[in-house]
Parts: sequence; structure tokens; C-alpha cells
Amino acid sequence: MTTATLTPDAISWVCTRVRDRSAIELDSSKTYLIEARLGPVARQNGFADIDELIQAVKSNRKVGLESQLVEAMTTNETSFFRDLHPFEALRKTLLPEIKTRQAATKSLNIWSAACSSGQEIYSIAMHLREHFADLASWKVQLVGTDLSDDILARAKAAKFSQIEVNRGLPTPLLVKNFQRQGMQWELKPEVRNMATFTKLNLIERWPPLPQFDIVFLRNVLIYFAPDTKRAILEKVRKVMAPKAVLFLGAAETTMGLDATFERVQADNSVFYRLK
Amino acid sequence: MLALIIDDSRAMRRILRRIVEPLGFSVIEAEHGQDGLNQLAQHDHDVDLILVDWNMPVMDGLTFIKTLRANKEVPRITTVMVTTETEPAHMARALMAGVDEFVMKPFTPEILIEKLQMIGVAIGDPTY
Repeated sequence: MTTATLTPDAISWVCTRVRDRSAIELDSSKTYLIEARLGPVARQNGFADIDELIQAVKSNRKVGLESQLVEAMTTNETSFFRDLHPFEALRKTLLPEIKTRQAATKSLNIWSAACSSGQEIYSIAMHLREHFADLASWKVQLVGTDLSDDILARAKAAKFSQIEVNRGLPTPLLVKNFQRQGMQWELKPEVRNMATFTKLNLIERWPPLPQFDIVFLRNVLIYFAPDTKRAILEKVRKVMAPKAVLFLGAAETTMGLDATFERVQADNSVFYRLK
Repeated sequence: MLALIIDDSRAMRRILRRIVEPLGFSVIEAEHGQDGLNQLAQHDHDVDLILVDWNMPVMDGLTFIKTLRANKEVPRITTVMVTTETEPAHMARALMAGVDEFVMKPFTPEILIEKLQMIGVAIGDPTY
């Protein structure tokens, strides 16, 4: 396969198509990323290079090819217990509050939006088992959503490479919650079955969702233009229960976008609560 | 801050040195567990971090950890096992013996740095 650099026209076409399908903003400064992500898609589909892949998408020669292209550009990096601080906030502040507040209903709903291959929602599952064993008698819904079919299939399978479990996952939790199968590490069923996964494109019509007590929407809004961020936050707000909280990435904020959220700092963690 | 790197592979010791020196550590090296115990004694056990392999000649990493933790005169030094050993039951044994964390080979500098941060090792900003 050749490694010819994409023409400005091809870059522009990819940026436009990805924006139309996912609202994610790319530009020519992301040329390296586009080439790195689309090279494997071209190779897997038997094309000589990315240009040939683009021509095939344009001429609609192969069903599902455009989805593959868009999904390749929208899959985010993730790792177990990423950034640590939100998990500390869950343990020290938020889950004790919820346990008191919802002791009568005994229900807890947590959403990992743009969940990628599932490390975030499974980190939450392991965290609950480790520190809140008494929640086993509650109705706990841990929901992961993503726009990519491929990545959701990976999340449901709950099989991770050694590099993936090496990143961010404390070894005591690895040996307790995973079984090794060759070079793969598979989550034990009792953890895997705590999470469910649903396809959801943040900018399209959403499937029915429960009212969530905690929403993780981390490192997602940075890819969108301000108007799209506002629209997404408005929809997120509608599936948040009273007093629910929202976690964003460290470089993200609701400020200037949605005045119904207030920023809360707890120890080293920042989250946003509905006013 | 002082780090002790114990590995029978000179290449691996060099790789680990290149990761931890930019984090603010001075480094001493040992080729096996007994050598590591000797190095610790020579430095009055005034070491902040130990990175130790599992499979080594003379004294393996697990025996090193058990010997180290059994000596109540020695302050508790943060110890990370950097190893190809990935059998969960074996890893659980090492944790029981007092290893603080594992890094499975192969790994990237970022993986080791994340693990050090995770277990609360005070490190400077890496200057790669």
C-alpha cells in the first residue's frame, strides 16, 4: 500500500463528510490523524490507498464503507480509570450522597456517553463492587453508548489487550476482575453483565434512556462547534435526574454554553450539577 | 530521590533509567535480587522507589520482595514489578508478598509513569 499524502481536496472532503455525519469538527491541521485512522480502513477493505477508499465511498460502491470511515475518525482514546479524580469523587462524595438520597428507591443510573471500548463504564462497575458492595441489592443501571457499531461490539465483548489493561488499571483489580486468555484479558461475567450498551449518536435522535444520576461525557465536547455543544448539553440535561451530576473532560466546561449547570469542585475533581 | 532498578537485562535497566531519570530520580542498578539487597544496604535503605523484574538468576524478584518486606528494620519502600510474568495467580502472590504495582512487558514510558502516579509516587514533570 502506498503512503502518498492526501490532497487538500481529499482532506476537505473527509472533514465535511465527518462533520455532516457526526458534527465532529476536523480541519487540515488534523491531516496526520486522518491518514493514521483511514489507512487501516483502506487496507482492511482491499484498497491501494486512502484516495481509493474515498473514491469508493463517493461512488457508494460498498455498503457500510462510509460508516467505517466516519467511525474510524470518531473513535476516542480511552483507558481504565482515566484521570482518576472522577472516581475519587464518586467514592468520597457522590455515591455516599446518592445512597442516602435514594435509600427508598434503591436505584442508581450511570451513563458513559461516547463510551468507546467500554473502559470507563467497566471502571465504574469495578469501583462499585470494590467500594459499595451494599449496592448489590440496588437496581443499578450502567449504560454505555457510542455511535460506532464496531466499538460497541468490542465493548460488549469486554476483551482487552495487555497494553489496554496495563494502562490505568490497578493490578489488584486486574487479578480480581479479569481472566487471561492468551494475550487477551477478559472481564469476568459478574462485572461484564453489570453494563449494557446502546448505539447513540449525540447529534441525532436518541433512543429512550432512563433518568441518570451521573453522566460521564468526558473529552467529547471538545470535538464539536459551540452550537452543537449547546444542543448536546440541552439534550443531556433532559435525561439527568434532579441533583444529577455531569463529568466533562479536564479541558471542557459548560460555562458560556449552558447556564443551568453549576461548577462544583470536590477535592481534585470538578463536576457540574444542575442548578 | 533515588530509584533502584533490578533487572538482569542491561538493556531493560537502561530503558527504565531513561524513563525515571527525567522524573527527578537518581538511579542505582542491580542485576538480581541479592545484588538489589546489597545495594539497598550500601545506601542505608534510603531509596524512594524500586523497579524489579521477576525472573532473574541468583535471586528472583518475588524472593527479593519477600526478603525485603520480612526485614522490619527497613522502611516500606514503594516497589513496582516490571515483568513478563502475567499469570494472574502469580501476580496475586506477588501482591500478597507486598508488591505495590505491576507493569507488564512490553510497556510504554507513559504506562509506567501512569502507574507511578496511580500509587502516589511523587514525580516531577517528565522532560521528554
